[in-house]
Amino acid sequence: MEFTLNKVLQGFYKDSVALMRLSRDLVAMEGVNEAALMIGSPSNKQILRDAGLLASEGDAAEGGDLVVAIRAKDSKAAHAAAEAIEPQIMSQTRASDDDIDWRPQSIRSAAKASPDANLALISVPGEFAAAEARKALSRGLHVMMFSDNVSVEDEIALKIQARERGLLMMGPDCGTAILDGVPLAFANNVAGGEIGIVGASGTGIQEVTTLISNNGGGISQAIGVGGRDLKNEVGGISTLLGIDRLDSDPSTSHIVLISKPPGDRVLPKILDRITESSKPFTICFIGASNFNVPANATVTRTLKEAAQSALGGKSIGSEIVSKNQVSKEGKQIRGLYSGGTLAAESQVILLDAGLEVASNAAVPGASDLKNAAGMHQIIDLGDDQYTQGRPHPMIDPEIRREPLEEAMNNPNVGVILIDIVIGFGAHPDPAGQLVSMLAGTDKKNQPEIIASITGTEQDPQIRSTQVKTLQSAGVHVADSNADAAIAALQMLRVNS
Amino acid sequence: MPSDKSQRSTLGGEIFVINVGLEKFAVELSEQNVPVIQVDWKPPAGGDTELAALLSKMGL
Amino acid sequence: MQLIEQGNQEAIRRMLSAEPVLIDVVPAKEIVPGLKDRMILHAGPPITWDRMCGPMQGAIAGIIVFEGWAKDLDAALDMAAAGEIEFDPNHHHDAVGPMTGMTTVSQPMLVVENKTGGNRAYCAINEGLGKVMRFGGNDQEVLNRLAWIRDVLGPGMGGALREMGGIELKPLIARGLSMGDEMHQRNVACSGLVLRAIASSMAKTSKDATALSEALAFISANDQFHLNIAMAMGKAIMDPLRDIEGSSIVTAMSRNGTEFGIRVSGTGDEWFTAPVEMPEGLYFAGYTEADANPDMGDSTIVETIGLGGFAMGASPAVAGFVGAGAASEAANYTHRMGEICASENPEWTIPAMDYLGVPTGIDIRLVVETGIVPTINTGIAHREPGVGQVGAGVVRAPMACFEQAVRRLAEKLGIS
Repeated sequence: MEFTLNKVLQGFYKDSVALMRLSRDLVAMEGVNEAALMIGSPSNKQILRDAGLLASEGDAAEGGDLVVAIRAKDSKAAHAAAEAIEPQIMSQTRASDDDIDWRPQSIRSAAKASPDANLALISVPGEFAAAEARKALSRGLHVMMFSDNVSVEDEIALKIQARERGLLMMGPDCGTAILDGVPLAFANNVAGGEIGIVGASGTGIQEVTTLISNNGGGISQAIGVGGRDLKNEVGGISTLLGIDRLDSDPSTSHIVLISKPPGDRVLPKILDRITESSKPFTICFIGASNFNVPANATVTRTLKEAAQSALGGKSIGSEIVSKNQVSKEGKQIRGLYSGGTLAAESQVILLDAGLEVASNAAVPGASDLKNAAGMHQIIDLGDDQYTQGRPHPMIDPEIRREPLEEAMNNPNVGVILIDIVIGFGAHPDPAGQLVSMLAGTDKKNQPEIIASITGTEQDPQIRSTQVKTLQSAGVHVADSNADAAIAALQMLRVNS
Repeated sequence: MPSDKSQRSTLGGEIFVINVGLEKFAVELSEQNVPVIQVDWKPPAGGDTELAALLSKMGL
Repeated sequence: MQLIEQGNQEAIRRMLSAEPVLIDVVPAKEIVPGLKDRMILHAGPPITWDRMCGPMQGAIAGIIVFEGWAKDLDAALDMAAAGEIEFDPNHHHDAVGPMTGMTTVSQPMLVVENKTGGNRAYCAINEGLGKVMRFGGNDQEVLNRLAWIRDVLGPGMGGALREMGGIELKPLIARGLSMGDEMHQRNVACSGLVLRAIASSMAKTSKDATALSEALAFISANDQFHLNIAMAMGKAIMDPLRDIEGSSIVTAMSRNGTEFGIRVSGTGDEWFTAPVEMPEGLYFAGYTEADANPDMGDSTIVETIGLGGFAMGASPAVAGFVGAGAASEAANYTHRMGEICASENPEWTIPAMDYLGVPTGIDIRLVVETGIVPTINTGIAHREPGVGQVGAGVVRAPMACFEQAVRRLAEKLGIS
């Protein structure tokens, strides 16, 4: 039997929008067929009457009263609904925090909302990244682009646009920069200082800046340019602009260039530019050293040597295992790297020691991984073939698990080299992750594991904590990636 | 280190980041008290690449 | 694209420099260009009788009887179906009308002059809430009210406006925004401000105390009285932008109950249309979504100039119609609309948003790029003719209109 219930709240006012909302909530309640909350004015009472909602109590209400009118399937349902709605009548509607926080939907509106913004950090999928960068540059923003899979044509166009506007275009595929002391994306909390860096390699910049910082030096600026900048097609546009910036920066007294070997048409341009400067340079083109070195420049083959050169020739790092402690003579080295440039540095060190090396990211002189039989192998786990649809190993080292297990069980492998890259952007505890992976592996073959940690005490993961975690699991920890590779050579009884 | 930030400026002012993409980057900057604004980014034109290309030719 | 940027700058300049003044109330036949006997101007883009929604047909029947072209509603419907009436959009005659938007020869029209552009725009007087013609109402009560507006209120207001030299609308809107109006869903403050401005002149020019009392009581009792003034103002502001080469700024948004249509500065008077969407909102007692007619009316001209859904931040009470209903969400609507607008209006500001100017100049490129369509605050009409308003809420402009417009503008500019 349908039942109409009226409750009158005398002298209670609520605005009509709130009342409509409450009416809607009431109608949605179990057993309620129709409902309305209205101020008891004559015209409203007529509306209630027309809707079959007016009972005698409601009819007696006056203009200053609130009528809660419910028509339900029975008396019980009507009373239950009236009771349920009462606290809502008495309370205010509040938004959740998510609803209040406005977020701009575009670079355009972000820049409008924050006119002081000066750098766009872009990490959207590659197919969309160039358009966003163009918008940022046209609004006068410097750009750091972590996104990759951007066409060379777009890269060139963006870099030319940036040059015309006097802006930095770092990337595409730029993972690391430190500007005005602020680490951006994958970068470390390093000391400030007078050494400026221009680098086409993210982990290369991270290794050099942290080695400098951990050994008493400091960084003025570290400008990333993206992995392709020094290729012939791109022509080193951003590298040259970066050099210009550091050359005219009074707080930079020494400039370090880090890259894979440049294209043959780009190299002379870079060297000419260096010659024009009055500042000392360190050039680290990872393994390339057969060119005419400008008088104000020092060329190094490894990242560690670049850091030493920037520190004025100071010798850094130390041996981690006494020469006679471990022997893995005749065995192979297996490098499982998250940082591409660290993998390249290790290849250079092994090649320079006369070893045969294969890699999926082979440096000049190394073989392709397909022809790896019997060779030492240095694997770049950040390479596309491993990261399709998965996070980069610096963000999530899980990719390392399978090749690590394989290496641990391979009787030919004597030493495993591993890079632990910490800092902003990186996994919160990569050492802990590695140790937990090792705990699950079969140890019968017992290869030695040597790790280096790219990072500082000031990084969120804290370098010394990462060291302790590794050492507690029997992992040897080197002071630098180069030192790790050299330690591996020593275990193999190879003279480096 | 933050103390000498003011003395070196390669960007012509204190760094202020507009982050478009991975939110982790913005969170980490924010934790370092670096001013950062996160863009709630979506593919332009609802992912219609032909239309997005047309818009970009129209100055967007 | 330089031409677009320059065109838009000029469009914004014209919008912001407009000086709309409510100067008169004049019978439509004397002032609306091109309006003839047996012609009905309606809301929205062009539409034929057979495609009109229920409320639109109901209103047309009512207005035919009101004009004396047919003796009753049935005869009126026959007449309309037989093609004896010429239909045309208000927008093609410097006019606008809310909901069904009926404009015919004998109706008194609010006249807003844009002193900067030198142009005028027209809108009929708001009939009040409830059973009214703009929602398709057409019974004797509705027609009697229209006659009274024609014979008493219109002439009374016209005389007063002429006597006082008109009401400047820009400052009135600015004050209304600071008093919680967004000028589409909520006009309570502006209606009061209009009454305050006009009352003494109406008294001065009236010769009949009873008529004056009725007129003042009618305005006082109608919280939406100012809506039609805001609409004529919107039309007067936007019409000078109607043909700026290259400009991607929207000059009109409008719905006829079947289709939503927009016009864009750089594409002149061409309409870009798509099926209109259903409003989302709250319903009066006894009504539900099932009773609702799709969105309707020229009142979206208010959003086109940065008010209504665009100025929601000024009007937290209206935000209650949608979403979670929290007042603190109101600003988000305005922020969102800022994403698709070329500029802000420095004179129409929202105190609670640190005096942010209302978003101004909808750029079709930004709409398509961001996927954010204009949010429109609207009343909801019953789908059956003659019932009237059953609720209020918001509706989204269909994206298809903006996509078409972008492609057409690109084509005009030789971009492919």
